[in-house]
Amino acid sequence: MSKRIDINRIKDNLFRYVGIGCTLFGLLMLGFFLYSVLREGLPRLNAQFFSSLPSRKPEEAGILIPLFGTIWVMVLTSLISIPLGVASGIYLEEYGKKNRLASLIEINITNLAGVPSIIYGLLALEIFVRILGLGKSLLSGSLTLALLILPIIIVATREALKAVPKTIREASFALGATKWQTTWFQVLPASAGGIVTGVILAISRAIGETAPLIVIGAMLYITTLPSSPMDDFSVLPIQIFNWLSRPQKGFIINATAAIIVLLAITFILNGIAIYLRNRWQKKVKW
Amino acid sequence: MYTRSILIPITFLLLTACGSKPNSDAASGDALSGNINIDGSSTVYPITEAVAEEFQKVQPGVKVSVALSGTGGGFKKFGRAETDINDASRPIKPAEDSLAKSHNVSYVELTVAFDGMAIVVNPKNDWCKDMTVAELKMLWEPEAQGKIKNWNQIRPEWPNEEIHLFGAGVESGTYDYFTEVIVGKSHSSRGDFTASEDDNVLVQGVASDKYALGFFGLAYFEENKDKLKVIGIDDGKAENGEGPILPSIETVKNKSYSPLGRPLFIYVNSKAGQRKEVQEFVRFYLNNTNTLTAEVGFISLTEQESADAKAKWEAFITSLPAAQ
Repeated sequence: MSKRIDINRIKDNLFRYVGIGCTLFGLLMLGFFLYSVLREGLPRLNAQFFSSLPSRKPEEAGILIPLFGTIWVMVLTSLISIPLGVASGIYLEEYGKKNRLASLIEINITNLAGVPSIIYGLLALEIFVRILGLGKSLLSGSLTLALLILPIIIVATREALKAVPKTIREASFALGATKWQTTWFQVLPASAGGIVTGVILAISRAIGETAPLIVIGAMLYITTLPSSPMDDFSVLPIQIFNWLSRPQKGFIINATAAIIVLLAITFILNGIAIYLRNRWQKKVKW
Repeated sequence: MYTRSILIPITFLLLTACGSKPNSDAASGDALSGNINIDGSSTVYPITEAVAEEFQKVQPGVKVSVALSGTGGGFKKFGRAETDINDASRPIKPAEDSLAKSHNVSYVELTVAFDGMAIVVNPKNDWCKDMTVAELKMLWEPEAQGKIKNWNQIRPEWPNEEIHLFGAGVESGTYDYFTEVIVGKSHSSRGDFTASEDDNVLVQGVASDKYALGFFGLAYFEENKDKLKVIGIDDGKAENGEGPILPSIETVKNKSYSPLGRPLFIYVNSKAGQRKEVQEFVRFYLNNTNTLTAEVGFISLTEQESADAKAKWEAFITSLPAAQ
């Protein structure tokens, strides 16, 4: 009997060390990646780099256009995908009947979240660029990315709503509140932390996408900043992809510097997500 | 209350997005305006980027934008008249030509530069200094898959070691061209090689493997001369140089590095060719391509070829009906 306890203790300890090893592995890789990127790219991050147009000379090239393109795309994608995604999440979770159609929709949404992004690009090229005639505009690009992250937002919203105890809804109904009042005043505030986290993580994913935007024909060389959603655009990942594939060493350094900028944007977004989640978690007490 | 907290970051982002436009200097000479829409090969992109960059200084009123969907992806858009110019690292294919015809798109093909394809091995490889086109065909043709595995199967005196192959990705014009001239059929080769669209990956692969052999653009070899060894190619034809010939600017230019020197093209839509700004841009392209291509790592045309391209363009635009 005591032997079995010993064996189980050893197993327990073994798993602890395997777990530590796995965590360290990921952290080490991230650390190594950050170190090499920062060492190569940090000296390149100066005012000129942020304010220059594309150029054939690596030291004169800059990320002005793709940086603004990325910000535009981020804002437009948010404006399109958040209302759509959160509203469909609320409908499916709170209003929709749980029948066979609902589970069919549910399976499909989960599947959509796993479709390779280039497929969305091909779909968008046909629908947005050609049939709707939006061209290779910021709007086409943002719609494409919104489509890409819509399933993620829907799933995150539903998960957040599911986490709200049923008793809260029942208490609200008992006081005579309508479904909408219950959702708006009780369920949504209680689940906002989870929803916002999901949304921000989805948007971080969208701004790192290259393939679907290249397919719809996003530009690389362009000299004017976009001033409306119908303008041509470029984004940081496309610029990074192109610089990395050039033979000259100077472009590789430019690419690492641009990677730092993209990383910074992602980290800031993730930081906002964590902050909001913590804030809401503290507030909601039943 | 909660909604306001969500709105703050969004408004902040919106405010950041409204920036100022870059300064545009006053135009010199007869200022043109308009948009020129270019797409196509990522190989030709650096040349077009360089030309666009210089053209912008002369004609700030013309907005040139260049995308890089690849030669094939670009032709699909060019054939539907969605773009004015297509960068191409190989000639247009019959299927792409019929797409253009079905959309009433006519065009002109202009050669703008040359690119050499280098066959490279690891610097520690002391046996392989040259290969014939027949040997390369034997190594790369589809039938070689699973059969030609070792170096000594190519030449008996070479080591009995496994050969590791690296090559351009199958979606690239580089791959199409290589298979066309070596295997004899475009887009047909063995499948068991490391393929990458990113030539720097191939450079790393060959540089770290003694028994590797790879092919990619000459510019990548030039930038990584210390890590790689290039081998000479013998096409078995005496008229363009006897024996194996190493790739260099000279040998690609005078066509003796055959058949792995390839021309790079731009295709111009004839409707776009009626527009003043496009005419001027292409003229500028052909006038400056020779100095700019060398700067970005490609091989320029000879004087004669350059003059021919210019003459072809002028003849083409005079043959077009005048713009409205």
